[in-house]
Amino acid sequence: MELIVQGIKKAFELIVSFDPEVMGITWLSLKVSGTATLISLFIGVSIGTAVALTNFRGKRLVISLINTGMGLPPVVVGLFVTIMIWRNGPLGFMEILYTPYAMIIAQAIIATPIVMGISLVAIQNLPPNLRLQILSLGASRSQMVWVLIKEARLPLLAAVMAGFGGVISEVGASIMVGGNIKGYSRVLTTATVMETGKGNFDVAIALGIILLLLAFLVNFLLTQIQQRQHPR
Amino acid sequence: MKSETLIKIENIIVQRGGATVLDISEFHVQSGSIMALIGPNGAGKSTLLLTLAGLLRPQRGQIYFQGQSVDTHAGRTILRRNAAVVFQEPLLLSSSVYDNIALGLKFRRLRHDDIRKNVQEALDYFGISSLAKRSAKTLSGGEAKRVSLARAFAIKPRLILLDEAFNSLDPPTRETLIEDLRHILEETKITAVLALHDREETLRLAQDVAVMSGGKIIQSGTTSQIFNQPDSEFVANFVGTETILEGTVKRSNAGLMEISVAGKNIEAVGDFLPGQNVYCCLRPENIIVSKKIPEKISARNVFEAKVQKIIRHGFFYKLMLDCGFTLVAYITMPSCEDLGICEGSTIAASFKATAVHVMRRE
Repeated sequence: MELIVQGIKKAFELIVSFDPEVMGITWLSLKVSGTATLISLFIGVSIGTAVALTNFRGKRLVISLINTGMGLPPVVVGLFVTIMIWRNGPLGFMEILYTPYAMIIAQAIIATPIVMGISLVAIQNLPPNLRLQILSLGASRSQMVWVLIKEARLPLLAAVMAGFGGVISEVGASIMVGGNIKGYSRVLTTATVMETGKGNFDVAIALGIILLLLAFLVNFLLTQIQQRQHPR
Repeated sequence: MKSETLIKIENIIVQRGGATVLDISEFHVQSGSIMALIGPNGAGKSTLLLTLAGLLRPQRGQIYFQGQSVDTHAGRTILRRNAAVVFQEPLLLSSSVYDNIALGLKFRRLRHDDIRKNVQEALDYFGISSLAKRSAKTLSGGEAKRVSLARAFAIKPRLILLDEAFNSLDPPTRETLIEDLRHILEETKITAVLALHDREETLRLAQDVAVMSGGKIIQSGTTSQIFNQPDSEFVANFVGTETILEGTVKRSNAGLMEISVAGKNIEAVGDFLPGQNVYCCLRPENIIVSKKIPEKISARNVFEAKVQKIIRHGFFYKLMLDCGFTLVAYITMPSCEDLGICEGSTIAASFKATAVHVMRRE
């Protein structure tokens, strides 16, 4: 009990005093996961929409693959990215192993199928005649796609939330490709793992609370956008 | 006055999943006319509408819009920009009513002022100005239908294609919408093709009719041709379940009219002025059949009738009666036997003045 009370006290101290190290870690977490989510948003929404709107052989197989990808284990992604960017790996020349860039790549790989899978369902769930209705009002193909994406904005924002939630809380891949280097590639999750391992429960609890707050704030903002009322 | 052909299709074949869903050798719509497509579900009405809108590419055949082939990309774009489809479902976007109606105009990148002007005009046409700022998702079925119609009219199309526009609306809402649409089509002179399944809607809105079945057009012509001279049993059965008589109002007094039909007088409720040409519509279930002309009867219309034909119709017999005009009546099988009715026998047919539905005939 003592441990927890102590931890919470310490946590508030760290948060209220804007401890520079903790702030740095928080900021990096937000930057890495935010960037990864943005990348996954572009790739996921465009491919998800394209798959939803076209008919081709093997469409079901592709959808199954995307759905499988939604549950991609972060450590497997971490392993794969590490191999690719290893000094002798195919992308070794980029020299990005143990950098925040590597973490962004790994997290984008984790978030993209999540965003893609939800976007696909979101677009597929629109009324089947809506496409024809929009085209018959004179839309070009790109105008039609844009209207459909706007129409599916609620589930698409849910996709963003799910993607961001997946990567901000992810630790396996970040620690493998980022290396948890102090002041450089240390993020909230990797720091929490390390502090817990060292027995510094107070710091670990503080980082945990910040992580929760961060996830809450981002989702709160997105929910505000999602649930914004239309004029009546 | 001979009007030009707005759209014409030739030798069209549309296949879906190996089955032919549309097979039309020739079909055209005159500029400014209102054409009804009628037929049972699955007859190919919606497919024909999509083909006419340029939204569905037939496997075979030619489409000409304003005399030009729609085979090229440019031709198809011209057709798509000039034709607007209104589907059965309103298919409104989750934004305001105003934004929904402005949609097609925004696609055309019109200037802001022009968009506002056109949207306001469309709102006024359909009497929904007060809804402009409402969210489209909060509308009632009838309101949503009006918005989706207004959205199509706002782009000022040359050709408007309506798929079962009045389905799933309650009768009063439907009634006023049909009347408004008739006025709007009359005023705007926009060519329209309407998929309908109701004979009364067809008579009220269209001048021309094409009867469809199994992906084919089996008869087309003016409404009067189709309803009065069906050239096949299918068409007769499809359009002939009710009696529709052409007549002229002779007298009209305090809501009761006397209408002259084929030299006989029919009393009906309504207040058209004398001299007005009308249709008298009678549903077969409202016709009472008896052996002799009854002495005391509340029905105002009693006629001696000769049984021309007896057709078995489920648990009923359908009687084609000749009272100087043709009347269709239903009778249950037991009462038919009780009355000893057979083809050629003379009976009495009566109906109330309130059972006659009177429609304006131009």
